[in-house]
Amino acid sequence: MAAPVLRWCCPARRWILANIDRGPRHGRGAPTGSRSSGKRGQSSVAQQPLVTAQKPRKGEHQWAAVVGLEIHAQISSNSKLFSGSQVHFAAPPNSLVSFFDASLPGTLPVLNRRCVEAAVMTGLALNCHINKKSLFDRKHYFYADLPAGYQITQQRLPIAVKGSLAYSVCVGKKRSQVINKTVRIKQIQLEQDSGKSLHDDLRSQTLIDLNRAGVGLLEVVLEPDMSCGEEAATAVRELQLILQALGTSQANMAEGQLRVDANISVHRPGEPLGVRTEVKNLNSARFLAKAIDYEIQRQIEELENGGEILNETRSFDYKLGCTVPMRDKEGKQDYRFIPEPNLPPLLLYDSASLPAGADPQQVINIDQLREQLPELPSVTREKLVQQYGMLPEHSLTLLNEVGLLEFFQNVMKETRAEPKKVTSWVLNTFLGFLKQQNLAVSESPVTPSALAELLNLLDQKAISSAAAKKVFEELWRSGGKTPAQIVSEKRLELMQDQEALEQLCQATMEEHPQVVMDLKKGNPRAINKLIGLVRKATLSRADPTMIKEMLEKQLSS
Amino acid sequence: MWARAGRRVLRAPRGGCRGFASRAGSPETGRIAREVVEHLERLALVDFGGPEAVARLERAVAFADRLRAVDTDGVQPLESVLEDRCLYLRSDNVVEGNCAEELLQNSHRVVEEYFVAPPGNISLPKLDEQEPFSQS
Repeated sequence: MAAPVLRWCCPARRWILANIDRGPRHGRGAPTGSRSSGKRGQSSVAQQPLVTAQKPRKGEHQWAAVVGLEIHAQISSNSKLFSGSQVHFAAPPNSLVSFFDASLPGTLPVLNRRCVEAAVMTGLALNCHINKKSLFDRKHYFYADLPAGYQITQQRLPIAVKGSLAYSVCVGKKRSQVINKTVRIKQIQLEQDSGKSLHDDLRSQTLIDLNRAGVGLLEVVLEPDMSCGEEAATAVRELQLILQALGTSQANMAEGQLRVDANISVHRPGEPLGVRTEVKNLNSARFLAKAIDYEIQRQIEELENGGEILNETRSFDYKLGCTVPMRDKEGKQDYRFIPEPNLPPLLLYDSASLPAGADPQQVINIDQLREQLPELPSVTREKLVQQYGMLPEHSLTLLNEVGLLEFFQNVMKETRAEPKKVTSWVLNTFLGFLKQQNLAVSESPVTPSALAELLNLLDQKAISSAAAKKVFEELWRSGGKTPAQIVSEKRLELMQDQEALEQLCQATMEEHPQVVMDLKKGNPRAINKLIGLVRKATLSRADPTMIKEMLEKQLSS
Repeated sequence: MWARAGRRVLRAPRGGCRGFASRAGSPETGRIAREVVEHLERLALVDFGGPEAVARLERAVAFADRLRAVDTDGVQPLESVLEDRCLYLRSDNVVEGNCAEELLQNSHRVVEEYFVAPPGNISLPKLDEQEPFSQS
């Protein structure tokens, strides 16, 4: 039960929902159900692929999935949320721990201003309403990496509520159609991170490192407006880009700076929402969509087999590619929320309500932060489309690949070539080579200057585009040489000598009178044959369009 | 206010914060069910130790219930005596940490600068293995 079944994802899903509330927006007819039903034939119910338009069973045959997300982003700050110990990824165990972090008696929380600003900026970027008064609470549970026995969070009144996150999914055969979607943001709250547990099953013990305990987190709660793994993954990616643009979090999933929990349920359209499960431990961008789709599929199959879904917490097992229940049969957790007695309410101000003569270090002005917000990814993409006339999906790709936008802009700086040409070369040729060898932009053997020079040669018509591709390949293979060097080494320059070319055209026509006769008779393909012959004679060093012009001129004279 | 106390009128608590007491002590007898006591013990890792402790708890809950005699219509609950204080904002500087050796001295067991804890969560004896006590 693995990959083939998972691939149904969104296109099929959209078909399902198209009949309910979306209308014929995508103009899709009934799917052929070609995915795997043909091969699987009349196998058991569990094997049946999701989209089964041909064989309605028990009346309705459609399922709708509902996905909500809880995203924890580590705040990018020097010190922790309530203490002055350092925030750093790799450090000797327990070296970045203060007395408060270790929960020694007599210590008190002291709120970090930078974390509050990060929360407000994130809330503003996500169109949230910022609560001028927010409160801190304690969430109690026992675990060895939570020394205090409780986590300070904001359960009753978080710092920001009711926002929205806009993202775009690419659909269609070539993923060229861009559909804009929105997911509502329920709230954003400040909370503490816990320490790290290293499980040593061999010796039946757990090793605890509290370096991470007390680091500031932003919990962003997304309403269940998403319906499949791809939408969820795209929304998370967009949130990542926003957080990185704001500088509030580095949002690097590999380093644990961004963690996602998904709440997933399925139901028949028109019926109430189903029982949901929570899937934790989705810490890889690559597996996020897979895990969610797997869980959706699992729930559908379970229900179609007459089983029921338990309201439980599951974990995604990367090796097996499936979700497994997390034990803990102690029943539903009771977190016994109480107000945090050591912290007064957090008050924020705007320009209108700012108290006169207040210490600027002690007050936070929402309006001031709003003015200082850096450019958001959606604005950057819009600018690219306006400035360079590129398609929206191109701007999406440029921002999605780490470092690609910078690469593109550096090439643009040094080249006279048209933006459309540069875009095409960067997104198709350059990115294609990177993907083939699984390299990041930073690992590219071709520098922006090299590509810029190559495009200049192409623009000046010093080389043909076929030759340019060859030069690029050579640039990729041998890092050191410049495009000009490669062109002269491999003798790829276009013939600049008009007279010599004319003579060649003449000579070729004399050598192949048959083709010339065909041409005069009106055979359209003859001209291409002639062009081909001339090109061969020039050792591919002539531009086909120029050859064509020349031949036509000579033929008509 | 105290005149009302005699009548023992039970009002539904205001707002989202349902007091635990309203669930625990049943309105008529003020007894706290055994399942509730066991649930509490697991949550708080407190051993009630026997029927006397439970009786004391029931009396405490009944005592606290007398708060309901106060008319709090339209009055915001007081959640913290600090509610009028200013929340101090600290600058984002690193001023603490680097005391691993000191902190590790607090731990019973240590492995290479890590605290050592039992595996998974703290395990409790199974519910049916505990000494049964009766609520007489």
